[in-house]
Amino acid sequence: MPTFVLSRLGMVAITLFGVTILAFALIHALPGDPVELMFGERGIDPERHAQLMAQFGLDRPLLEQYFSYLARVLHGDLGRSLVTHQSVLTEFLTLFPATVELAVSAMLVAVLVGLPAGIVAAIRRGTATDYGLMGLALTGYSMPVFWWAILLILLFSVTLGITPVSSRLDVAYYIQPVTGFMLIDSWLSGEPGAFRSALSHLVLPALALGTIPMAVIARMTRSAMLEVLGEDYVRTARAKGLSPARVVGLHALRNALIPVITIIGLQVGALFGGAVLTETIFAWPGVGKWLIESVNRRDYPVLQGGMLLIAAIIITVNLLVDLLSGLINPRIRHAA
Amino acid sequence: MAKRIMALVFAAVLAAASGVRADTLVVCTEGSPDFLNAALSTANTSFDVTEQTSDRLVGMEVGGSRLVPGLAESWTVSDDGLTYTFKLRHGVKWQSNALFKPSRDFNADDVLFTFRRMSDKTSPYYAVGGAYPEFQVLIEPAFKAIRKLDDDTVAIELKQPYAPLLNVLTVQPFSISSAEYADAMQKAGTPEQLDQNPIGTGPFQLVQYQKDSVVRFRAFADFWGRAAGSPRTAKVDNLIFAITPDASVRYAKLRANECQIARYPNPADLEAMRANPQLRVQDNAIASISYISFRTDRKPMDDRRVREALSIAVDLDGLVRAVYQGSGTPTASMVPQALWGHDDSLKPRPHDPERGKQLLAEAGYPQGFETDLWAIPVARAYMPNGRRAAEMIQADWAAIGVKAHIVTYEWGEYLRRVRSGEATVAMLGGTWDYPDPSQLMLVWGCDAVASGRNTAFWCSKAYSDALRQANLVTDQAGRAKFFKQAQQAFYDEMPGLLFADVRAYVALRSTVQGFKLHFLGGQPFGGVSLTQ
Repeated sequence: MPTFVLSRLGMVAITLFGVTILAFALIHALPGDPVELMFGERGIDPERHAQLMAQFGLDRPLLEQYFSYLARVLHGDLGRSLVTHQSVLTEFLTLFPATVELAVSAMLVAVLVGLPAGIVAAIRRGTATDYGLMGLALTGYSMPVFWWAILLILLFSVTLGITPVSSRLDVAYYIQPVTGFMLIDSWLSGEPGAFRSALSHLVLPALALGTIPMAVIARMTRSAMLEVLGEDYVRTARAKGLSPARVVGLHALRNALIPVITIIGLQVGALFGGAVLTETIFAWPGVGKWLIESVNRRDYPVLQGGMLLIAAIIITVNLLVDLLSGLINPRIRHAA
Repeated sequence: MAKRIMALVFAAVLAAASGVRADTLVVCTEGSPDFLNAALSTANTSFDVTEQTSDRLVGMEVGGSRLVPGLAESWTVSDDGLTYTFKLRHGVKWQSNALFKPSRDFNADDVLFTFRRMSDKTSPYYAVGGAYPEFQVLIEPAFKAIRKLDDDTVAIELKQPYAPLLNVLTVQPFSISSAEYADAMQKAGTPEQLDQNPIGTGPFQLVQYQKDSVVRFRAFADFWGRAAGSPRTAKVDNLIFAITPDASVRYAKLRANECQIARYPNPADLEAMRANPQLRVQDNAIASISYISFRTDRKPMDDRRVREALSIAVDLDGLVRAVYQGSGTPTASMVPQALWGHDDSLKPRPHDPERGKQLLAEAGYPQGFETDLWAIPVARAYMPNGRRAAEMIQADWAAIGVKAHIVTYEWGEYLRRVRSGEATVAMLGGTWDYPDPSQLMLVWGCDAVASGRNTAFWCSKAYSDALRQANLVTDQAGRAKFFKQAQQAFYDEMPGLLFADVRAYVALRSTVQGFKLHFLGGQPFGGVSLTQ
């Protein structure tokens, strides 16, 4: 086991090193520079341009810039944003909880709705219920997130007026961030109504972001269930005279869940992607929007640091999953 | 159980529908400020924040371009145009915050600190901000020193005459910071608080900023303008910027009364907004210019007849109608109506493809020629759809035998390439930052050829001389005369074709009173109130 862990950790180090090279190279391959964009059509004369580039340290050769960046990263310093002069790590830590809160809620919505829908569709295979549910799932899967989000806002917020349009909390509440998770912070604040406000602000974004994973989970659950329901041991269970609920819930579902959980794991990555759009529409202050804006403004340190941090998080999650499967299944451990 | 949970969630959602208070004005804005102190920024989102919290020496009338007294009650300019002396206002109170309580009123030391910080590399605060882009571009080239004559008088000394200075000083990056606060923060070892937790003398004080989410202000009770009857005086207790990047969502929030003012509406939504009895649309002329420029130093566009042919071949009325969708009117005056110095006597030349053909034949191009035509890749108020405009010009030019190839790049790359001289016909434009015609007229001067900002590479003695004269004279009427001369030279020589004089829009709840759309720098929200 220790060799297994060490080899995995070694892989992590190499991958992260690769990420720094890739991020740096991709970012500097983008045309335009931050100073040019800062002044836009107003323009800036070449002398001042050079002066500002030097101030940002962008006038040095690329390799030199890369190695000094790498050296700083190894000391735990991700640098400062060219646009706001704030530390990249501080900005990331301020915004990341919002993204996590949104992604976790979206996943919750997706699982809580997708899983039962898939089970029901499998049991009622070939009926109107099955076709209806799978039709909905296909529609949800095909819907562009930004369009779906606007539709939800128009229906629930503007026409029916039962949910707020955007942001994380009603502006009437003035809450100092403690954890960065609005549900927790609003609860801690003790202000009456703040928690409810935070919850109601989370409903539409979570629904918008959760729709695609929900559809994927529903379809996956259905096919996994169908497969399992045709197995001999299910027939045996039925033949023993067990109640249908027991057969489906205990014998079939448990086994059908294995591929479904794999899919749920894979959807986590997709959630980060979808969060970029959802965050922009719902004015959700998360890291997706932050990175997109940095691309537009060529904020090199933010892009490099942000990509590195997100890569590190995904790699860490993967590592944990790897170690866990290694723990559970010795075959994986020995194959490594 | 499940039913009960659903019912609870639903009840929670219902109960959270927001309560609206007449003492709180919520504005849906388009983005996060990069800094809370505009001195460090070039972005309007930052100027909007500093406009609320702070004051400049020279103020500007809300919604217009007339200079009004600010922290300086009056000023004089020496005859050689090199010394500007400012008489400072008395009894101006500083705001306070959790870190600092001021012990004195505003005085000359604050002005000195503010300008030395931006100009003097040995000032301890110079490095704290790092870069002062607006100062470095707009003032530093002419700036020599700032001196305190007494507690209420300061003088700015210049290396060379720079007539726009007073107008430049109205821009938010030149807002005055507190020297006492700066000292206190330095002693506390937290100099960065000066910019991250700024205090000013303005109508609102900053309460909280949460990136990408919200900027909160509270009315400043001791604002000097309250007694002086300033139109910027706060009329609501709380002002909130709800940062909402998507224009459709800003509109939805406005309809749900989650905000009472939505900035930068989609032009496509204006019709529906006007039809809604609960909403109102306000507009104002903005100070911008938009054009295509012709490379006057290269064949075939070095020939004035060719430039005239290309200009009159374009159906400008049709183009402006289609591209600006009602937000623009065709123009031939470089200086927009919004600014002084506008020349109303200059009208676009009539659309006349026949004469265009004839002019081309006279110039030796009876069969026409081929050219590139660059289209800006971003939507701007001064040019909402560069691609569409380019396609219409392309079609019009085809009618006189000129074959245009449309070229476009990503924005930063576009600017770089155009300025390095790659474009024969370049589309560009800009918006004035301060109410002085010279700012964007200098782009067409001989001095702007070397840097490529003059995308026509046009060097006209008549034009540049008139601008030079206008920079030396300090009275506005005299300067306007020279600006009109320059505009006439542009009109006669046609180094470019101007498109439209443009209006900007804002959408409001009908409960909003006293709002005036401002078109230069930050938008003031003092003076705005709500009725129930």
